[in-house]
Amino acid sequence: MRLILAQGMLGLNNGVFYAMLSLGLAVIFGLLNVVNFAHGALYMTGAFLALILYSYLGPWLGLEWLQIGFWPSLILVPLLIAGFGMLIERFMLRWLYKFDPIYSLLLTFGVTLVLQGVFINFFNASGTPYPAMPEMLKGVVDLGFMKFPKYRLFVIVFSVAVCGVVWFIIERTRIGAQLRAGTENPELVKAFGINVPLMVMLTFGFGTGLAGLAGVLAAPIYSVSPLMGANLIIVIFAVVVIGGMGSIMGAVVTGFALGLVEGVTKVFYAPAANTMIFLLMVIVLLVRPSGLFGRQS
Amino acid sequence: MLSRARLAPLALWALMLGFVLIAPAFLYPVFVMQLLCFALFACAFNLLIGFTGLLSFGHAAFFGGAAYIAGHVIKMWGFPPLLGIITGALFAAALGWVVGSLAIRRQGIYFAMITLALAQIVFFFVLQMPFTGGEDGLQGIPRGYLLGFIDLNQPLAMYYFVAAVFLVGFLLIYRIIHSPFGQVLQAIRENEPRALSLGYNVDRFKLLAFVLSAGLSGLAGSTKALVFQFASLTDAHWQMSGEVILMTLLGGMGTIFGPVVGAFIVVALQHVLSGIGSWVQVVIGGTFIACVLLFRRGIVGELARLLRISSL
Repeated sequence: MRLILAQGMLGLNNGVFYAMLSLGLAVIFGLLNVVNFAHGALYMTGAFLALILYSYLGPWLGLEWLQIGFWPSLILVPLLIAGFGMLIERFMLRWLYKFDPIYSLLLTFGVTLVLQGVFINFFNASGTPYPAMPEMLKGVVDLGFMKFPKYRLFVIVFSVAVCGVVWFIIERTRIGAQLRAGTENPELVKAFGINVPLMVMLTFGFGTGLAGLAGVLAAPIYSVSPLMGANLIIVIFAVVVIGGMGSIMGAVVTGFALGLVEGVTKVFYAPAANTMIFLLMVIVLLVRPSGLFGRQS
Repeated sequence: MLSRARLAPLALWALMLGFVLIAPAFLYPVFVMQLLCFALFACAFNLLIGFTGLLSFGHAAFFGGAAYIAGHVIKMWGFPPLLGIITGALFAAALGWVVGSLAIRRQGIYFAMITLALAQIVFFFVLQMPFTGGEDGLQGIPRGYLLGFIDLNQPLAMYYFVAAVFLVGFLLIYRIIHSPFGQVLQAIRENEPRALSLGYNVDRFKLLAFVLSAGLSGLAGSTKALVFQFASLTDAHWQMSGEVILMTLLGGMGTIFGPVVGAFIVVALQHVLSGIGSWVQVVIGGTFIACVLLFRRGIVGELARLLRISSL
């Protein structure tokens, strides 16, 4: 029982990243109808930016004292990644909206290859640890059934809060309503005096910013490597298919739940843990093709 | 006097046949064999995306899966090479039937993502099964004797065997495209509801196209395993699925010769640029982006448009 609870907690910890990344994908897909294949690569880039800001930027600039730590990175990196995402949207994706959505998938796949290639060249394929875990989050908390690292607990709580806020913004606020309306009927929303192309750009930036945020959170847990997003992105796609594509709630709930399922599977039959998510996907597709939280189409 | 519309495809046929026959005289045979395997893979993939309108993001599962199966039956069970690659292709076709029947329940992007995720299951199997050698791959696959008397360890014998496999596969795809069955597939690509209302069982046609495409991809993968005497994880990894999409896109989706041209360019690029390490990946990614943004028809597709020929 202790083992199941412990693995469940560790699984939940992976679930955080599933949830955050599929949330970003769901925002982008639900509102722009773009499948952002580069999402995993942007998450990886986020982790690298945190690492670069702490360990490399100072030496590069010749300012040995300059180390931008975890807390500033947590704000700075998502903004940088969001900016990068907006550039991709403005100068590449925007030309493809009038074609089959498959082309935007292929374009972002190309972006993934470029990002991966660049980071492999500069940092080689094996991982580098991120040394800037904040002092106050070091150590463990006793949960009764296990000693759990403080940092991981922080990541879980923080991410749940972020997911809640995003859900609230999109489903319950005026801006969210405008976003949803803008994707349903851009012409009409334009007539209300709203700058739809700008809105689309900001939305894409927001979604990719979430990937960057997940990257910073992941850096102190997993080692920072150019391929850290490559295998994760496929899992995220499965999460999104299971949850129902474009459903914010589906992405978050399924993300956490699948992390949990994966963790618990490790207790019973470890080699199946990787495939478990995909098997669940097959079952869900057979029973409910539009996903657990998807609207029937 | 032949019209341009008839002359251009004939010229391409002649060019391709000529190249396949005399290539080993001036190029390294293993390089050309690799090229032919990827060209067949891309043509098989194109049968699905170009002529049926289905984007599979999981074709590496058929290519790589078949490579492992063919390698295993040849190495451990002592199958002769021809039977070995056929076994690999049949395995891929069967796998294609399973993946296809699940994936055709959804369309467009959903279809792509489901094939991708199912291919990932195959990847994890390949990684964990006892016979695949895990990270090391399946090594030392013997080439053996074709039909019992042609020694495939002779480079030229092996080359012409691979060339024959490629040509048979290519002709088969050509026949499929130009058959009534192929016409129905194109009707589905153009307008699925209309094909449905004409009374065609659209799902069955799609599934059959998927199985054929998977089987032929498997043939390409098995043959590649025999060429290199080696089946590796890269063959089954999702980036391989991406590469075959790039080959097809670059050459021209829905054209007959496009995938061959695309495979040629991508494989040649990898060889020429192999000295610059991972920058190759950046170049490939950049090519992808340029293709999608600038010439979605691909090289052969743009050529066909310039010459105003409907099918090349």
